[in-house]
Amino acid sequence: MIVVKNLVKKYADFKALDGLSFEVNENEIFGLLGPNGAGKTTLIHILATLLKPTEGGAVVNGFDVLHNAIKVRQSIGVVFQAPSSDDILTGYENLKVHALLYGIPRKIREKRISEVLQLVGLEDRKDDQVKKYSGGMRRRLEIARGLLHHPKVFFLDEPTLGLDPKSRESMWKYIKKIVREEKVTIILTTHYMEEADMLCDRIGFITNGKIIALDSPSKLKQEIGGDIVKITFSGKVHPGKDFTKFDFVHRVERKENSVIIYMEEVNSNLHMLIKDLDGVQTIEYSKPTLNDVFLKLSGDSLSGDSPEGGFMQRYAQYDKS
Amino acid sequence: MLSTINLSSRIVLGQLYALWLREVKVFLREKSRLVASTFTPLLWLFVIGSGLGSTNLQIGTDYEKFIFPGIICMSVIFTSVFFGSYIIWDRKFDFLKSVMVAPSSRTTVFVGKTLGGMTTSLFQVAIILVVGIALGVNYDAITLLQILSIVLILSFCLTSLGLTFGSYIESLEGFQLIVSFVVFPLFFLSGALFPIDNLPAWLKTITLFDPATYSVDALRNSIFHLGTYSFEYDLALLLLFTLIITLVGIFSFRRMKAV
Repeated sequence: MIVVKNLVKKYADFKALDGLSFEVNENEIFGLLGPNGAGKTTLIHILATLLKPTEGGAVVNGFDVLHNAIKVRQSIGVVFQAPSSDDILTGYENLKVHALLYGIPRKIREKRISEVLQLVGLEDRKDDQVKKYSGGMRRRLEIARGLLHHPKVFFLDEPTLGLDPKSRESMWKYIKKIVREEKVTIILTTHYMEEADMLCDRIGFITNGKIIALDSPSKLKQEIGGDIVKITFSGKVHPGKDFTKFDFVHRVERKENSVIIYMEEVNSNLHMLIKDLDGVQTIEYSKPTLNDVFLKLSGDSLSGDSPEGGFMQRYAQYDKS
Repeated sequence: MLSTINLSSRIVLGQLYALWLREVKVFLREKSRLVASTFTPLLWLFVIGSGLGSTNLQIGTDYEKFIFPGIICMSVIFTSVFFGSYIIWDRKFDFLKSVMVAPSSRTTVFVGKTLGGMTTSLFQVAIILVVGIALGVNYDAITLLQILSIVLILSFCLTSLGLTFGSYIESLEGFQLIVSFVVFPLFFLSGALFPIDNLPAWLKTITLFDPATYSVDALRNSIFHLGTYSFEYDLALLLLFTLIITLVGIFSFRRMKAV
């Protein structure tokens, strides 16, 4: 459905995209995951024909983004990061304006507008001005707007950015519903790991304009190997304790008051690990999350201001959903 | 970036209607903008009109009546140039992006915008024309038709001008530059407030390059038979400026960065 080949986008000396190549299959939810500034939005803008690549190219729904922009635009729907509906108009009016822009014939226009309104659950608010909508409703209206013309490919740039947890969950529900009912291919960017894990069939990790890994969430997590145990001590970690001497331990990260151990088979091996350990305060155990995959791949924290909190909180949040 | 476009005329007309509809609805609902842009010309008309009018200028008519055509043009200048340069806001707040990913050509978007600008100008001018009746200005059918044509052409011209500048300016602060270096010179140099017959040569030369000069003069011809040039000459020059600015505008708009 989408083929990206050796895509490069330069701004003066800065390379926003540095030779990206990947393919997206029909009817999948493809996640582009990475920290802020990794190049996700630039990539979406190129695929949506708003930006020209410096080198390389891309084909969307069989049409070249450089040479057949109008055909590409007829094939895609886009929900941008920043709100892009007109907040002085009502929800219905926004949809009508866009239905006209896409040349949807009058006979089917009204029917299609009520269809998409129903899909995102906004029928009863359609005659309110968009400025009276909540952030989540606005985003849903934009999803409805993007789907009006039955696009083959649907781009969602950070669809849950700035939404509260409840709205985020309902947004996920709507995204899943769209794939089921509208049969579109979805490209979704996010820097929320659990969101990507939850929704995406495949994920491309993108950082510094490059894809550093691309696979299904479960395969990516398998790659990291085994389980994760975090042992917190009441005092400082005893420097003499060597966890790597066990065969079942893959990797150890030492912090001041804790160690994170990547290991196999926690259930049968934990007792050997904690034998002779003094001053243990807590032991936490988790399956690897995508964030752990990302940390391992990039050797770098996802983003310092990550709103999900620390390692275990993130796990807890993920587990609930 | 734009490939050859072969959209049927039904679709293009629909797109123009959509862009126009959006602008008109926004204009009618933004009450503060409507009130402010109506109030300013009236303030000029009555305060400057009566103020300077009380000083016995040698212009052959009431000063208030003399500047009346100028105030009509002033309203069009402000409304249209602002309207065009609002494109800077549109780009900042992503509405434009959602239009740019629709299968419409930049030229369509450009023309849709100018149609919106023309309509808002018409609203404003209608109000001023009604006020004119109160001032004792009479219009017959031909005069009204002439006013209507001049206002529409000038508005098209200046919305294009606003869009042209707006397409090059990326920061919101740039809007102030347009106000200082485009809007006010266009207004002051148009002869809206004074006759241009007896100006010093350098100043008169500059007024020749202001499309609003010909609009003010055409309206003065039409309403009071007081023009410096003939109505036909004014109309021809105005059309010439409009053509040039529109072409430059469409060119600029097509090469404008969408993001």
